Amino acid sequence: MEENKTYVQDIDRSLYDFRNEDADAYRFEDGLTEEIVLQLSEEKNDPDWMRELRLRSLKLYNEINVPDWGPSIEGLDIDHIATYVRKNTKMADNWDAVPEEIKDTFEKLGIPQAERKSLAGVGAQYDSELVYHNVRDDVAKQGVIYSDIESALRGEYAQLIRDKFMHLIPPDDHKFAALHGAVWSGGSFVYVPKGVKVDIPLQSYFRLNAKGAGQFEHTLIIVEEGADLHFIEGCSAPKYNVANLHAGCVELYVGKNARLRYSTIENWSKNMYNLNSKRAIVEEGGRIEWVSGSFGSHISYLYPMSILKGDDSQMEFTGISFAGTDQNLDTGAKVVYIGRNTSSYMNTKSISKGGGVCTFRSSVVVNRSAENSRTSVSCESLMLDDISRSDTIPAMDIRTSKADVGHEAQIGKISDEAVFYLMSRGMSEEDARALIVSGFADNVSKELPLEYAIEMNNLIRLEMKGSIG
Amino acid sequence: MNSELLTVKDLNVRVEDKEILNDVNITIGEGETHVLMGPNGTGKSTLGYALMGSPKYEITGGSIVFEGKDITGESVNERAKSGLFLSFQNPIEVPGVSLSSFIRSALEQRSGQRIKLWEFKKKLKATMELLNMDEEYADRDLNVGFSGGEKKKAEILQLLMLEPKLAILDETDSGLDVDAVKTVSAGISEYQKRCNGSLLIITHSTRILESLKVDKTHVMVDGSIVKTGGPGLVDEINEHGFV
Repeated sequence: MEENKTYVQDIDRSLYDFRNEDADAYRFEDGLTEEIVLQLSEEKNDPDWMRELRLRSLKLYNEINVPDWGPSIEGLDIDHIATYVRKNTKMADNWDAVPEEIKDTFEKLGIPQAERKSLAGVGAQYDSELVYHNVRDDVAKQGVIYSDIESALRGEYAQLIRDKFMHLIPPDDHKFAALHGAVWSGGSFVYVPKGVKVDIPLQSYFRLNAKGAGQFEHTLIIVEEGADLHFIEGCSAPKYNVANLHAGCVELYVGKNARLRYSTIENWSKNMYNLNSKRAIVEEGGRIEWVSGSFGSHISYLYPMSILKGDDSQMEFTGISFAGTDQNLDTGAKVVYIGRNTSSYMNTKSISKGGGVCTFRSSVVVNRSAENSRTSVSCESLMLDDISRSDTIPAMDIRTSKADVGHEAQIGKISDEAVFYLMSRGMSEEDARALIVSGFADNVSKELPLEYAIEMNNLIRLEMKGSIG
Repeated sequence: MNSELLTVKDLNVRVEDKEILNDVNITIGEGETHVLMGPNGTGKSTLGYALMGSPKYEITGGSIVFEGKDITGESVNERAKSGLFLSFQNPIEVPGVSLSSFIRSALEQRSGQRIKLWEFKKKLKATMELLNMDEEYADRDLNVGFSGGEKKKAEILQLLMLEPKLAILDETDSGLDVDAVKTVSAGISEYQKRCNGSLLIITHSTRILESLKVDKTHVMVDGSIVKTGGPGLVDEINEHGFV
């Protein structure tokens, strides 16, 4: 398996497209009712406040309209999404205890080989529940907590979670935040105590296997003052011909002078509606770094948001999207400036081919209080043919005259001259184009952890295969 | 004459409905160096591009035979693999691909084998020294932000690393200062020696030829070869012009 992930030529889509039968799975009826939400709440043994949050969210979900901007989500019939699908299994902290079939899935995806090599901890979620969780002893000894949310709700940090859960992204934020509030299940809780620097990354991996299902995992990360963490999130799903839905929530709290790097490589199958919400709040002198690779899904709405609350807080966003046939990826980032001397830097690349649509949407809001703040937005798009599309929609709302604002956008195509040049050195047309595309993505792949950078290059190769006339 | 490497016969080339080359005939033997001179806009570069197989240049008549094989309809990369090389007048910038990894993957694609990194690096370093190229260029993105002179040196570096049988140099000396011309010229004679390589040097100045052994000179005017002679023809042109 290892080899499949390392050698570019050997990879094929079957690495992600295999799927397991879910005949033995416990499964709710399609559609979303109060009964289902209550059943889920009971099943999960929620504290009272959580059950109330679920019911309040369900009400909001039924009241709020679907977004009237961005790509169409008509193909997503929420009445036929089984909102909760769960394998009949308990979470394990020992890889051998994970059921064979699920273990096989994650081993095919390179987990937990990855853990053995370079990670401080791994969580793996299969459909709606976390099936595997482990943290290295030395990291746990530093006081770092990495667990599923459900156990954390009953543990030492129960009150902390109650204070933070869906406070950054409240259920009334938008329809799918409300849906998430009603049916969230699984996900990760990470707590890094004051001053603790976790020098190897923590990773979670989400796998949605069931057909016509939803995944609504919640990720809550708290990095206390002066602490440092790199968290990696990977997602994939096999392809079915009915729509799947992913509406996760990621809430990140970055303390004073703390740093959090949050890397994602998302490779959902191409029937997935990826309506994910991510938000970070950064205290004085803190820093949030987002690295985001979007390759899969049929439709994506994804705009990680950073609130630069404290003075001298910083945000850096590095993103890449690759949209092929029948994909519409609407991605970008938002940043809200509150503190003084705050700064953000967004650098994104998008690639579209075979009729795929990439839209880069950014929003920068600089409040009056954010004096001496700096913002720089740069986005570059590459279209590989005449039927693909690429749009840039930058919004800037600057309410102080004491801000330094920069925006740069470039949309281009692969020039015939460049292909001719590379071919004149002996490369095939396909290889020449793939080289230009991976070169275009290079400054993003440099930001990814090595194994993910390799995976991203593999995905580009994979996507470029057969792209010649 | 040495055994024939390239035979261009009655070649007619059109670019966007405009006839550029009319019945061009050139024969280059193994190890020979030919010079193609002529006024600006007369079709010299067109010949270079057409020989390399650029899809922008449509061959409407005649043939190109390389090592006894008709390559008139072959793809660009097949020609490159057979041993043809074109040094570009304006080399293309490719962001995100370093000069050294580019040369290495070109070598691997041509040979179909993996190249040993250590040997490759050693050879690259020595060749860059020969061309007075700062080592750091190896790790820089291909041609991105290179000066005109560095771009041309990078072309000659590729020539020396890829070791083709026939190199077409399109205005490699244009825009270079005196020292750079000397360096590039030294690189070209190294290619002649090391690989017994054949050359078709397209130029309208003679500076680059001073230290090179030239076998034949062709003069092109309005898309046709109007005169072919020995190395002495270069001096003649210098004195009297092209006509």
